[in-house]
Amino acid sequence: MTQPANANGRTLNRRDFLRNSLSQGALLGCSAAASPLLTPVTWAAGPWDHRLVVIILRGGMDGLDVLRPVGDPDFATLRAPLLSSGAAGLDLTGFHQMHPALAPLLPLWRRGELGFVQAVSTPYRDKRSHFDGQDLLEAGTADLTAAGRDGWLNRMLQTVPGLSGQTAFSVGHDNMLLLRGAADVAHWSPDVALSLSPQGARLAELVMHDDPAFHDAFLEAQQLMLARATSDGLAMDAAAADMMMEQGGMAVTSQTDGRPAGIEAIAHFTAERLREETRIAAFSIGGWDTHRRQVRGMDQALGSLVQAIEALRTDLGDVWQKTAVVAMTEFGRTARANGTDGTDHGTGGTMMFAGGALRGGRVYGDWPGLSEAALYDRRDVMPLGDVRAYAGQIMRGLFGLDRSVIETQVFPGVDLAQAPALHL
Amino acid sequence: MTFDPILAEKRFGYGLSPIAELAPATSAAEVLARVRGPDDMAVRFPVEGFSTFRERLKTAQAVQRRARRAGTQVAKAEADRQQKALQRAARQGERAWLWQVMMRRVWTRDGFRERLTAFWGDHFTARGKVGVLKRASVPYIEDAIRPHILGRFEDLLASAVTHPLMLHYLDQAQSVGPNSIRARRKEGGVGLNENLAREVLELHTLGVGGGYSQRDVRQLAELLTGLSYTVEDGRKFRNRFAEPGAEEVLGQSYGGGPARMADIRAVLRDLARHPTTAQHIARKLAVHFIAETPPADLVAALVDAYRDTEGDLSALYQVLLTHPAAMTPQQQNLRLPAEYMAASMRALAVAPEVYHQFGRGRQREQFIVQLFQRPLAVMGQPWQEPLGPDGWEEADASWLTPQGIAGRLHWALEAPVRLRPDLPDPRVFVESALGPNAPETVRFAARAAENRREGIALVLASPAFQRR
Repeated sequence: MTQPANANGRTLNRRDFLRNSLSQGALLGCSAAASPLLTPVTWAAGPWDHRLVVIILRGGMDGLDVLRPVGDPDFATLRAPLLSSGAAGLDLTGFHQMHPALAPLLPLWRRGELGFVQAVSTPYRDKRSHFDGQDLLEAGTADLTAAGRDGWLNRMLQTVPGLSGQTAFSVGHDNMLLLRGAADVAHWSPDVALSLSPQGARLAELVMHDDPAFHDAFLEAQQLMLARATSDGLAMDAAAADMMMEQGGMAVTSQTDGRPAGIEAIAHFTAERLREETRIAAFSIGGWDTHRRQVRGMDQALGSLVQAIEALRTDLGDVWQKTAVVAMTEFGRTARANGTDGTDHGTGGTMMFAGGALRGGRVYGDWPGLSEAALYDRRDVMPLGDVRAYAGQIMRGLFGLDRSVIETQVFPGVDLAQAPALHL
Repeated sequence: MTFDPILAEKRFGYGLSPIAELAPATSAAEVLARVRGPDDMAVRFPVEGFSTFRERLKTAQAVQRRARRAGTQVAKAEADRQQKALQRAARQGERAWLWQVMMRRVWTRDGFRERLTAFWGDHFTARGKVGVLKRASVPYIEDAIRPHILGRFEDLLASAVTHPLMLHYLDQAQSVGPNSIRARRKEGGVGLNENLAREVLELHTLGVGGGYSQRDVRQLAELLTGLSYTVEDGRKFRNRFAEPGAEEVLGQSYGGGPARMADIRAVLRDLARHPTTAQHIARKLAVHFIAETPPADLVAALVDAYRDTEGDLSALYQVLLTHPAAMTPQQQNLRLPAEYMAASMRALAVAPEVYHQFGRGRQREQFIVQLFQRPLAVMGQPWQEPLGPDGWEEADASWLTPQGIAGRLHWALEAPVRLRPDLPDPRVFVESALGPNAPETVRFAARAAENRREGIALVLASPAFQRR
């Protein structure tokens, strides 16, 4: 197993990190606020070289619409109301087509940087509630009564001693169960911004100075906001940044007028952290609960997912080759379109992945068929694979974790042999 | 140890107000007398109780039935439209009640009552998972928690645990005994659900590590079968769901005759009176009101009071308010985000009329979203949406994060000027908000700020204000 330590062989936590990066500033007393602005965060190598981004698709993504098994004899009939309008699908394997809204990702598929797993699900069955389904997806346990109050990605972190608080980031407003738990995880939403004058920033630092917990958190927040402001180039031009540094304050203004950060902002921020010491990030995308007018709903939701993947790929540069992006949802939807040009909550669904670290360009998993007898409960895609086994294989491949650790602690009771190795 | 009215107002209420009539109580006895007195705030700033809220559920259920039976697309579309309208109305209600809850905290002379309501509402976290019911948290707290904060713990426990929202939240309503009439007739989709039983033991009474076994959980779950509700009648005991025979919980046998509600009441009463529950509740109160690591003698005194009075909560509050550890000047606890907002608004004496100045309908909703719901989510405490039945974390480390701190400072910069356009002079505000012992650094910052807006924000962002 990889030894998690920085290049000096010493493990660091978030507080150490702050004390170290600010030790220069501390000598300057109350003007320490200037320090993070002048000292870019630099980090020795993280515990791993690979990056994992987990995107939770909230609302139940219709896997049959995203990855269309057009070669299945029953598909066209079941889906007629959804296929009559909207653009045609994009051929992938002859048997499968991809939703047209994913067109920008077609080059990734061709390069083997985009792939799918069909007919997968969590162990959640029958009640089809978003609330419970998402809890189970993020808890990663066999059922909800067994679920603790932590998420599987956090449990994975717990198995690796000595990680820093920056190793994993939960991004956005969503307080994700996926990353909740005993392991220290950073959390940030890029729409948090302060319009404080330089004088105001200095005074804020002053009033927090004698309370170390406040002081550390405030300085770290300043760093995160500055990192974003200088990288996206929107909040502050170079001249303003220079002036800010000279004055030792912060004048980052809110872009978003109090609205939640858009998916692009979240993806840009995520990429930025992944280029630094962060190795694991998670965020969520909503809008998949397409009971009505699914054609329009899917265009929007998939548009967000495409934006996120494209922003990550562009911003990560060569790091993209070491990155795995995994998008998973709480359940699939009904095989048959409903009466309102949509679909209802189902069972088996589709998992999507992208990134240079995984073996894409193919569809994984067995196909149960869509005949009435083959459906689950005569209505949903029959799940043949456990989404957790695939996630487990990916983590095993990326981070060199022991199979037994994944099967007992991260996903208790899951047999990884159900899924193939997906990493390169 | 003498009673410090200002410290007590911060520690047991929502902090200081500049309004003379809202001056702190001058003794522990007066604090308790105010809680025992009439509930003025519930009258002045009403919120919907669950019994009224249930009418919304009844209508929603009727519409749902119509939708299912609808023979035509037109009829189905009409039912969908009605469903949406009901959900919208409930959402508007939720936002209006948020404002009312805040106003109670701002204008009360009885801050301890509001804090206790929030504390017990969190201890007995319950949330709706679907449709209109998602908005039921405040109505549940109003009916099931608020009237019981002064009585015995066992009454509060029974009120919360048997409430329809709790039965829904923790899946009790559909829990069916494996040998019940319903299961024997194979009516489909039936099974025992341990969720409520487990949380009653783990969260509500004994506490995690409270010396119960999986067998106790299972037995309690079987004993609880039958405890259910209907939208029409509220709580309802369903004989057909009940597991026949006696159950043994913590070595004590219950039931055996015909299944009945009385056995469930008996087990809840015994659990409430269990010494381990006394320990759990005593410690939780001390952690919430005094310090993350509370002094052992304070916890011991609370346990004694609990045992001596069979869980009379007012006896516990008496200890909390008069024990020497209650008045240590160190501010060891952090205000959680919703409390922080309320304390800020109290310090600013935000007028109730502000709400009406922000337009009507959609506009007014946006006001609540922008000034409260989104900022609370950024700070990590989305309104009435804790992640699990264990409610909100108490540990400072969960809240003193970069995002949490930035969110608070951001709110302190943006919200006050909208809530009170004639912002007070920061030099005056620092005294009225923090009292005579305001730290010199905060006074300096209030004087040195470039403008009122930043001056006010700096006072509100100071640890001296955010801690209590």
